[in-house]
Amino acid sequence: MSITYLEAIREAQARALAEDPRVFIYGQDVGAFGGAFKATKNLAEEFPGRVIDSPISEDAIIGLAIGAAIDGMRPIVEMQFADFSAVGFNQVINQAATLYWRTRVPCPITIRLPAGGTSGSGPFHSQNMEAIYAHYPGLVVMTPATVEDAYHMLLEAVAIDDPVIFCEHKYLYYHLKADKLPGDAMPTGKARIAREGRDLTIVAYSAMVHEALAVAEELASEGTEIEVVDLRSVKPLDTDTVMASVARTGRLLCVGEAWPWGGVTAEVMARVAGEGFGLLDAPPQRLNAKDTPVPYHPNLWAAHRPTARSIATAARNVLRL
Amino acid sequence: MVQTVASTKAGALVSTFRDEYTKAFRWMLLARTLDDKFAGLYRAGKIHGGVFLGRGQEALSVSVGLALRKGDVFAPLIRDQAGRLAFGEPILDAVRTYLGSTLGPMRGRDGNIHRGRPREGLLPMISHLGAMIAVVNGILFARRLRNISGVVGAASIGDGGTSTGSFHEAINLAAVEKLPLVLIVANNQYAYSTPTSRQFACRDLVDKAIGYGVDSHTVDGTDLSACLEVVGEAVKCAREGHGPQMVVARLLRLCGHGEHDVADYVDPELKQSPVGRDCLKVAEEHLLQQGWADARTVELWRSEMVQKAEDAVATVQREPVPDPYEEDWRALSSQRLLEAREERPG
Ligand SMILES: Cc1ncc(C[n+]2csc(CCOP(=O)(O)OP(=O)(O)O)c2C)c(N)n1
Ligand SMILES: [Mg+2]
Repeated sequence: MSITYLEAIREAQARALAEDPRVFIYGQDVGAFGGAFKATKNLAEEFPGRVIDSPISEDAIIGLAIGAAIDGMRPIVEMQFADFSAVGFNQVINQAATLYWRTRVPCPITIRLPAGGTSGSGPFHSQNMEAIYAHYPGLVVMTPATVEDAYHMLLEAVAIDDPVIFCEHKYLYYHLKADKLPGDAMPTGKARIAREGRDLTIVAYSAMVHEALAVAEELASEGTEIEVVDLRSVKPLDTDTVMASVARTGRLLCVGEAWPWGGVTAEVMARVAGEGFGLLDAPPQRLNAKDTPVPYHPNLWAAHRPTARSIATAARNVLRL
Repeated sequence: MVQTVASTKAGALVSTFRDEYTKAFRWMLLARTLDDKFAGLYRAGKIHGGVFLGRGQEALSVSVGLALRKGDVFAPLIRDQAGRLAFGEPILDAVRTYLGSTLGPMRGRDGNIHRGRPREGLLPMISHLGAMIAVVNGILFARRLRNISGVVGAASIGDGGTSTGSFHEAINLAAVEKLPLVLIVANNQYAYSTPTSRQFACRDLVDKAIGYGVDSHTVDGTDLSACLEVVGEAVKCAREGHGPQMVVARLLRLCGHGEHDVADYVDPELKQSPVGRDCLKVAEEHLLQQGWADARTVELWRSEMVQKAEDAVATVQREPVPDPYEEDWRALSSQRLLEAREERPG
């Protein structure tokens, strides 16, 4: 048996529903239809009355989840695409994120964001919103890169007492497969060394981890050993693991599929430069998407976001510095 | 659609109504007194940030607080001092939040009318207008999932707040889910300085209910009898399973938007019109007319309320205020997910 990243997300939700009566799923087309990506396939049937179609009202969907959480439930809401969470943004950052701090009443909601670019999706079905959510205090932002993490981190998201933004990468939905559902996983908050190396650290998360791994493989044939750090969650951001890796390699390239201004790569760079300047043998570098909306055409899309090719070029650059 | 037209007819159970009315009046009086106290403290420079009063809206607000019961949910907004008190919010919560006492529910982290006790069904408003309605929906939805019935959730909104996308999404969702939501729309003729002519183009806000498939009620917000009756009826309908109810009250904001605002933009003709009546005065006259209280009793009540407000302020003024060095600067409840750098400075 093999299981995809998408199936792992479905399985995690099935398990959460089975194990915890407080869990329910609310979102557009998530019921009998099984969701736009089929992440809730058959769940409405298996768990009657607990996987419910909502109107197209992102603000009211997230607001509803917050109210249900206040009342002791563990809602999972699916945004049809991460991009549309912009319409529910206010409820996330001003209501959910502030509730515990203001009142000591936690807000255990999980907001699933099908995120990231796929060919042909264009400006409004491709966005990466992790940085914008991570900017706000009171939120946990997960960016799983593997089938194992998609499964375990989603279960953890439901169990966590704080609001969790779960960024699941649409490109990985079908491309990524594991042999079976994993038994064990690292806890959220710990980054993972996806590949060991001693010449350069590439810090990445979500789909970019796989581009970085491809680069590490390619450069290995040239005798360069690249260490790839998978952040797993961007908030909390595991600075210790990043710093320890940079201490080993002396060089840093940070890669993100999101836009360059501010964001996760900038945060990693700032932390490493600020707290680990002495560890660096070369100026740290970063690579992001271009600073335009995400283009539709595959020719443009492939050039817009970092790929193994552009990362390899950037990596060679850092190694020459 | 149920169109309940306000009537001041007290109904058959005169003595019950008289008790209800008297109780409501006393809460209104306390709310007004407390509001006046906050206004005074603001002018004396004793309050940080804004002060927002419910002057002129006490009759409507108190009717909501009284129609709800334990286990219900209430999401008040900025002009709901009366409703909060009637719903059960301790007077000290208001004073502590305005003065920033660490013993209050918000502990200096949030101020003035941004306060509540979510676990007790009193939602702490965020400033963003329209945003609380969906949260009430969520609590009602959760109760239904757990097969708990007979619960009502009330949310306040102003004429201005009805123009938000949040309002639209939440009332529509409540209608789709047939939730026992009571939406209390206080049309006080202004949103800050903006008159209703710049806010909506329908004949009356109550007409919006038709589009959502929601039952509606209109009421003269200056008339306590009418408010008690109409709001009570709306809450009863929701409780009995008739789905969301929208109550639109006509009244006038008898103060600035906040105490910083002299509100010279308010049309003097409106002030002179029936909509500009002071609901507290109207209620007092009614009490006297009906012989439910005499002038001396009302005076006694008034000094009782002044005493309550003074006592609460005197108590809170001796309470601790937040200390940035003692403050736990963390926004997550999950300690293990806090980044080391967010931890308390050493
Ligand atoms: C979404 C949003 N936009 C703007 C504001 C700023 N604001 C606060 S109160 C207010 C006027 C509200 O008018 P209304 O809804 O009629 O309530 P009222 O003050 O009359 O009770 C405005 C514009 C806000 N709080 N929220
Ligand atoms: Mg108004």
